[in-house]
Amino acid sequence: MSGAEKIAVQVTDIVPLNDLVTRFKFERVDGGLLPTFSGGAHTVVEMRDGEVTRLNPYSLMSDPMDQLAYTISVRRDDEGRGGSLFMHNNVKVGDEMTISYPVNLFSLDLRAKKHLFLAGGIGITPFLAQIKQLERFNGNWELHYACRTESLGSYVDELTDRHPNETHIYYDDQDDKIDLTKLLDGQPLGTHVYVCGPKGMIEWVRKTAASEGWPREAIHHEEFLAPQPGKPFEVKLAVSNKVIQVGETESLLEAIERAGIHAPYLCRGGACGQCETRVIDYTGNFIHRDHWLDDDEHANGEKIMPCVSRFEGKTLVLDR
Amino acid sequence: MSKFTFPTSIRSRPVYGTLEERDGSAHLLIADAHGAEAILDVATPLMMEKAHIIYIPKGEAFEDKLRALNPASFYAGPTYAAAEARIHKAFVDAKMGLQVYLTGTEGLIGQAQYAAMEAGIPHTAIQTEHRGSTARRMQCVHCKGITEDVETDPFVCSHCGLNLFVRDHYSRRRAAYQGVCIDAEDPGNVPQAKGIYE
Ligand code: FES
Repeated sequence: MSGAEKIAVQVTDIVPLNDLVTRFKFERVDGGLLPTFSGGAHTVVEMRDGEVTRLNPYSLMSDPMDQLAYTISVRRDDEGRGGSLFMHNNVKVGDEMTISYPVNLFSLDLRAKKHLFLAGGIGITPFLAQIKQLERFNGNWELHYACRTESLGSYVDELTDRHPNETHIYYDDQDDKIDLTKLLDGQPLGTHVYVCGPKGMIEWVRKTAASEGWPREAIHHEEFLAPQPGKPFEVKLAVSNKVIQVGETESLLEAIERAGIHAPYLCRGGACGQCETRVIDYTGNFIHRDHWLDDDEHANGEKIMPCVSRFEGKTLVLDR
Repeated sequence: MSKFTFPTSIRSRPVYGTLEERDGSAHLLIADAHGAEAILDVATPLMMEKAHIIYIPKGEAFEDKLRALNPASFYAGPTYAAAEARIHKAFVDAKMGLQVYLTGTEGLIGQAQYAAMEAGIPHTAIQTEHRGSTARRMQCVHCKGITEDVETDPFVCSHCGLNLFVRDHYSRRRAAYQGVCIDAEDPGNVPQAKGIYE
């Protein structure tokens, strides 16, 4: 399967929240109902930018039971490959776009006695949907949300208004830091911790929780990697018998798709494993960036995750 | 006492490992009979500073040795049922970071494991080690009664008196193996009882 099933939607609302983050609302073009989802799910948004098609995953932040509209929040990334800039600069209310069915790689473990959410910046979005899901049946949760500054604190007001007891906000510029060891220490048995934010924050939470003796199954994280630009390279696709060029600002997966070849994917962010591709031959070095393959697999040169990883060298032959 | 290697069986049959010390904010060790030996093997002074041992001796003389480890707290009870309230309270009071170690007979391990899972610990995070008797805790599928410490196959249900055959089918919820009537078709035609693993 090349991605989840598609839905044709119209952009019905665009709300700038602050200097960096804008919220988009999608409704079905045919006026029908959208599928319900579970908190933590994302959708892959197709962006047609002239010649280039980008598919970027965004966490759904609306109420998972609301079938009339989906909302996402997009943080502008001035250094990235342009997906978020396209959303910010080119997308207008009334535009028709294609999004995928929701896919959840960051779902709540409903056996947990308590859900402890740790968000950094735009990492707040999956938790907004999860909180709405938990509120329906009085779930036990607590949110610790770190923002750079007050003005960049997306959804802080809404959260502190509706959930004053559960929400804890930390502002970096006020030197307010989550005291993680203290926070983890003393959580009731059966608590699960969820973290979404910058890479450093995810690593910090996973490492600290593990060293405090938290079971692996009780530590959840989500990090979408945006594909990084890099030097162009050439790839031979053995099954389709084609030689393709991967451009500086496109991913290997995008280059394969541009050549008209259907390649499997779900998250496009190095997390789901769906795009795993066998390497038949290579001379050169892999630039592995995914969270899917383990260290051994990264070292042995037998597989690559084309959604985020690249290659530098003379030849690369893939089983695709 | 040497460790018994269980023959491989169907998927529902539990498998046991060897206890190892893990980082944690506290350690709860629950054992019966020869499980004490596994605790003596794994214990370190550092671990014992934050350890709570709950022990059911079942006639074995390990209590003094366990006390000599100097755990932060120690309790010995005559039966699992007698210790149950204590075990329950240990889980209710516990915080994340607790490490759970269960060792001894299958009946003890299974019942304590169920209590730990109910308290919210994923079962893969619970360490178990079988020591001592291979007797099983059996549930009669007919009257639902539990017979403890069954050593032979077939055996007589201690509740309804049926002759039951010992299956490997295991219920985590009941922490018991299933016993099924062996002479339902032909009452009285019961094969000679032998050891479960003979
Ligand atoms: S598409 Fe999910 S890992 Fe590549």
